[in-house]
Amino acid sequence: MARTESITARRINKTIIYVVCIVLALLSILPFWIMFVNATRSTPEIQRGLSLLPSSHLMTNWHVLTSKSFDPLKGFLNSLIVSGFSTICAVYFSSLTAYGLVVYNWKLRQPFFTFIMCVMMIPAQASAIGFYQFMYHMHWTNNFLPLILPAIASPAIVFFMRQYLLATLSLEIVEASRIDGSGEFATFNRIILPIMMPAIATQAIFAFVASWNNLFMPLILLTDKAKYTLPIMVSLLRGDIYKTEFGSIYMGLSLTALPLFVIYFLLSRYIIAGVALGGVKE
Amino acid sequence: MRRKGVSYSKYGYIFSLPFILVFLVFSLYPILYTAFIGFTDMKGVIPKPIHILDNPFQNFKELIVDNVSFRQSLINTFILWIANFIPQIALALLLTAWFTNRRLNIKGQGAFKVLLYMPNIITASTIAVLFSTLFAYPMGPVNSLFHALGWSDAPIQFLQSRNTARGIVSFIQFWMWYGNTMIVLIAGVMGINPALFEAASIDGASGVQTFFRVTLPSLRTILLYSLITSMIGGLQMFDIPQLFITPAGGPDNATLTTSVFIYGQAFKGSYMYNKAAAASMIMFIIAAVLSALLFYLMRDRGEAKIRKQHKKIEKAAKAAARGM
Repeated sequence: MARTESITARRINKTIIYVVCIVLALLSILPFWIMFVNATRSTPEIQRGLSLLPSSHLMTNWHVLTSKSFDPLKGFLNSLIVSGFSTICAVYFSSLTAYGLVVYNWKLRQPFFTFIMCVMMIPAQASAIGFYQFMYHMHWTNNFLPLILPAIASPAIVFFMRQYLLATLSLEIVEASRIDGSGEFATFNRIILPIMMPAIATQAIFAFVASWNNLFMPLILLTDKAKYTLPIMVSLLRGDIYKTEFGSIYMGLSLTALPLFVIYFLLSRYIIAGVALGGVKE
Repeated sequence: MRRKGVSYSKYGYIFSLPFILVFLVFSLYPILYTAFIGFTDMKGVIPKPIHILDNPFQNFKELIVDNVSFRQSLINTFILWIANFIPQIALALLLTAWFTNRRLNIKGQGAFKVLLYMPNIITASTIAVLFSTLFAYPMGPVNSLFHALGWSDAPIQFLQSRNTARGIVSFIQFWMWYGNTMIVLIAGVMGINPALFEAASIDGASGVQTFFRVTLPSLRTILLYSLITSMIGGLQMFDIPQLFITPAGGPDNATLTTSVFIYGQAFKGSYMYNKAAAASMIMFIIAAVLSALLFYLMRDRGEAKIRKQHKKIEKAAKAAARGM
């Protein structure tokens, strides 16, 4: 008797859980779905009401969008250059630093690690004004270097790589390669980097997405239209010239989101696993 | 004489050098420079020789005492953070409890995780503009939806009232981040020793009891980690408040965050670099104090003790080795 009761109770419970999960999943999809659908609809259609089915104005919206100096290809390319190089810098040098922290026994090792933990807490905006003035005096505004080079010092990635190395690297490999006459840098590049590949892949995804999505720094540093990255272009969609062109605003938004959607669905398993790894600090 | 092996310790310094150099040039120097600018009269587009003010703390004083919108921006940042963090952590915990409960055995977990995390990957500026278009007046998709469902007779000006503007900004932050928090928490639960759960189930604990008595206490470190990262992120909240409502700041400055304030002071025509720098420093100090506080709470007392003992043993071993 009590048993059947608990089974019905569990069934009701599970139904509630599935309903909540499905509602939340819909909530995640719906805004993007509306965005993609509206990219294919004309502005009057959009103003007439909500629709979940695409219409036929994709090309019109594209033409309106690009006629107003919105150059998604240029923005895409600029974003790709900045995000690509800063990702390479971030993962390579973070791995190098983490290797230095794990393998070598040096006097300042522990203080340096504590210091990295503290640096992780500094909000980016705290240094923005000084950074801008510094770059202005160096004539480095409208240059991609100030958006790429700082990635070499990425404390959070160093932290992650250190944890990964502590868990996976046995120092015997390093010893063995020394006996075989390999220099320290050669050991790192040829033997350690391949070992670290799983960690590098997850961190590369995050570094790339973070850089791709960064608005604050590029907005401050880049004033030349030819240098704009995609997030800045998105911010232009908010401006007056698009005020009444809803169709092309959605079109512009879809274009900036599409590459990330593709990457995400291809790599979602690794991304989810990566968030999980990054979150567990043991 | 025993020959000492080759010392490799110098490579520790060499390998850390790029990090240290880049940090000094691109982080530390700009921070110090920002702090310095905060004490000066630097403003305007055309560079002029700058001077330290007669009363060096004048910018800080003016911001804290006289500037209503700066104080408002600090309050807003706090309100927006609290309003998105509490529902975010609550929902994340609930989902974690469901997804990690073996007895429930929720199907399609993988797909749910992928979908719920999805908003986190898309550019925040895209999401800000997307939502502002969705909430458009008089005929945006949300207004059409409300009309179709019969929830409203006349179109609603969502972005013209303080509370709805704040509510929507908090909702977007919540919507973007609860999936992330959930995955971090799930990973935390996976890291808990399974023996604990077994013991609880042998003792006849119910699902709810297990969650509150076993899971939550073991998640303490991860919860505090989420709190710290969320807090730092919340202090920096920029893209969404900046782009969601134009002009940035929203109705009656209701969504003006500190970052938006700093950006507005320095880069949007007024070029008040000194004020912006002083505001950055105040923000930096708040972040430092809060982080220190949370770190203090987070430190694992037991582990610190063990580490101390470990060091003692190591020292003794070294001394013994030298003695030989």
